[in-house]
Amino acid sequence: MKYKVIAATMLAAAGFAGTASAQNEQFVPANFYWVGPYAPGGSGFGGGMIDYFALLNARDGGINGVKLTWEKCETEYRNDRGVECYERSKKKGPTGASVIHPLSTGITYSLIEKATADKIPVISMGYGRTDASDGRVFPYIFPLITNYWSQNTAKIKFIGMKEGGMQNLRGKKIVNIYHDSAYGKETIPVLDVQAKKYGFQVTHIAVAHPGNEQQAQWLQVRQIRPDWVILRGWGVMNPTALKAAQRAGFPREKILGVWWSGAEEDVIPAGDAAKGYYAAGFNLPGTSFPVMQDVLKHVYKGGKGEMEDKSRIGSIYHTRGIVAGIVTTEGIRKAQERFGKGKPMTGEQIRWGLENMNIDAKRLKELGAVGLMQPLKVSCLDHEGGGAVKFLQWDGRKWNVVSDWIASDQSIVRPMIEASAAQYAKEKGITPRDCSREK
Amino acid sequence: MLYREAGQFKSTYAEDQQIFPIRQDRVAVSLLLAFAFVVVPAIGDQYWLGAIITPFLIFALAALGLNILTGYAGQLSLGTAAFMAVGAFMTYNFVLRMPWLGILPSIILAGLCAAAVGIVFGLPSLRIKGFYLAVATLACQFFVLWVLQRFGWFTNYSSSGVVTAQQIAILDFPFNTPERKYLLTLGIVVVMALAAKNLMRSETGRAFMAVRDMDVAASVIGIPMMKTKLLAFAISSFYCGVAGALHAFCFLGTVEPEAYSLDLSFRILFMVIIGGVGSILGSFLGAAFITLFPIFLNLVSTGLSQATGVEVSHALISNLESIIFGGLIVFFLIVEPQGLARLWQIAKEKLRLWPFPH
Repeated sequence: MKYKVIAATMLAAAGFAGTASAQNEQFVPANFYWVGPYAPGGSGFGGGMIDYFALLNARDGGINGVKLTWEKCETEYRNDRGVECYERSKKKGPTGASVIHPLSTGITYSLIEKATADKIPVISMGYGRTDASDGRVFPYIFPLITNYWSQNTAKIKFIGMKEGGMQNLRGKKIVNIYHDSAYGKETIPVLDVQAKKYGFQVTHIAVAHPGNEQQAQWLQVRQIRPDWVILRGWGVMNPTALKAAQRAGFPREKILGVWWSGAEEDVIPAGDAAKGYYAAGFNLPGTSFPVMQDVLKHVYKGGKGEMEDKSRIGSIYHTRGIVAGIVTTEGIRKAQERFGKGKPMTGEQIRWGLENMNIDAKRLKELGAVGLMQPLKVSCLDHEGGGAVKFLQWDGRKWNVVSDWIASDQSIVRPMIEASAAQYAKEKGITPRDCSREK
Repeated sequence: MLYREAGQFKSTYAEDQQIFPIRQDRVAVSLLLAFAFVVVPAIGDQYWLGAIITPFLIFALAALGLNILTGYAGQLSLGTAAFMAVGAFMTYNFVLRMPWLGILPSIILAGLCAAAVGIVFGLPSLRIKGFYLAVATLACQFFVLWVLQRFGWFTNYSSSGVVTAQQIAILDFPFNTPERKYLLTLGIVVVMALAAKNLMRSETGRAFMAVRDMDVAASVIGIPMMKTKLLAFAISSFYCGVAGALHAFCFLGTVEPEAYSLDLSFRILFMVIIGGVGSILGSFLGAAFITLFPIFLNLVSTGLSQATGVEVSHALISNLESIIFGGLIVFFLIVEPQGLARLWQIAKEKLRLWPFPH
């Protein structure tokens, strides 16, 4: 009886949610988070992606005439809600969900098998499961642009540059302060490998979620007296860490953050304590790029646009969302080139499009995104595509670029990825694809 | 009018002691079970089965576990999520290291591991009560997650601490679609709910309730305090462990410590409080309310804004949903402090007299 009541109310809700959709539309779910401790990241990233879709619809009439549609679903950065949103959105639109951006490493892990079975590509841009870069084992998972391990090698290179050469890393001490979650732990093995290779000492210190209590950790840092601290934080953990570093008297110029620690929302709450702090980035902030100008002109001028707080337009999270929009739509565009221009694409076709995507310098210029992101060339073997990182420094008011694109060290990362992916394939009984046979 | 027991005579003790003494109840329950086993998998699509009903059943099982401990035996616990984590991780390890065992024995063994952990952390209950005990079980929550995160053995030395649950099969029959996973979950939940219902009607259950109502009086009439309390912890943890295993293998597909945070323990406690403390049905009602209602609100608000065409900021809607949800919890607790199960009971009593209440 209880079921019947539930089923009846649920059916009523489903009736509400089900909407008639036109045939020439491409549906992309916007499963992000607008509440909770990580809302700045979710709303900024999601807003940027939707703004870019709105720009394409307003300026070009969609992708070759196929309009983009989307629907928001609140995941609260929680795995069960993320799975619920995925299941809810995967059948929407004429061809179902085109791609999924889980925007959470935990949700990405939960979706790997489900999305592969449903033939829906998952783009985990700059997060997620690192060894999914091996496209032979993970055909539907795309940790595009730069995965965690690549980024980490670039960070060590940057530290090497600051120290005057990689040979000077020998005997140095580096502390890795990480968010105690799947996301935070992901880089520990690659740091250990690099420590052995370059001869530095690395200490891993965990900070429990959500990370607003770090005195013990920074006391430990003070005892170790490291040369550098790598901050692998997320959300409220970042400003707390910077303030704790100030109290512990550790120079902020020696703290290097990951890109989920390097947005305006991570440093402004720390105030002066954040001055001089470095962070990695795969996208740059600002509104000077032509594509951002177009967003302002075509989307925000008409009173639309996702960012209610106009000062967040062009912030790191917002432009990261724009980059997410670009890689999503370029993948769809590439798929249309092969499977029919002006038609909505299925997830399977978009998977092909993403895998054969090549955003070169010329294409970046056409997109108006030169400098906003790096060129990207994806292949069956390599689902990452880019691999380079820029470093930014906070001057108390804004992020300044302090390096060129620093390439990651694939000689370390790639063998680790292949070994890890091969182990996954063995556990799961997956036969890796033969890339020479992929068309 | 339909719901009336007049004319149903009982001539044997067995008839008098059955779970549902009223014939209409028996019919309703068997219809409900038939509906759940046959109709739901036939009409439900992947979304309903995989993302709504299966997690609801799993959380109901966890709430049932906590209800045995808190509702029947009167021991407050905040370690539910930790027991679920033990169940999930140990099932993963049993399947990984002893693949010949099969999934069902693995789940049962994992449940027994959770029960063992429950007994250890139930020891303080021999000395302390109420809120103090809740704080002691809080230690269990943090300690178990700490162990799972710090010792690589539990995650098979995975770098991120997240492992994907293995494919499950019973006698080479794979449970790989949402329908099959739903049926497996439903089967386990039905069996365990029935077992719980019977357990609570037995001597053990009466001993639990005696301890809950007044432990001094219970020990005076000869109920062994240590055995009863620890048994309550063990049974409750076993239920939670099985729920955790199902959560990982039939719903999320991954096993990770973060999924079993303190937040989850609190949510399960809320399920018990809202559903009805000391009621099997209440566990199901509470789980339905806590897991399904936010999703329902979300669907309605999305539907409303689409139907009316009013563009409301999504952040506002998301926050409003949380506010409404919280408000409703307060409302329910004011109107009926004994939970949804009590409301159901009142409705049933009214129904027996309807339409001539005098």
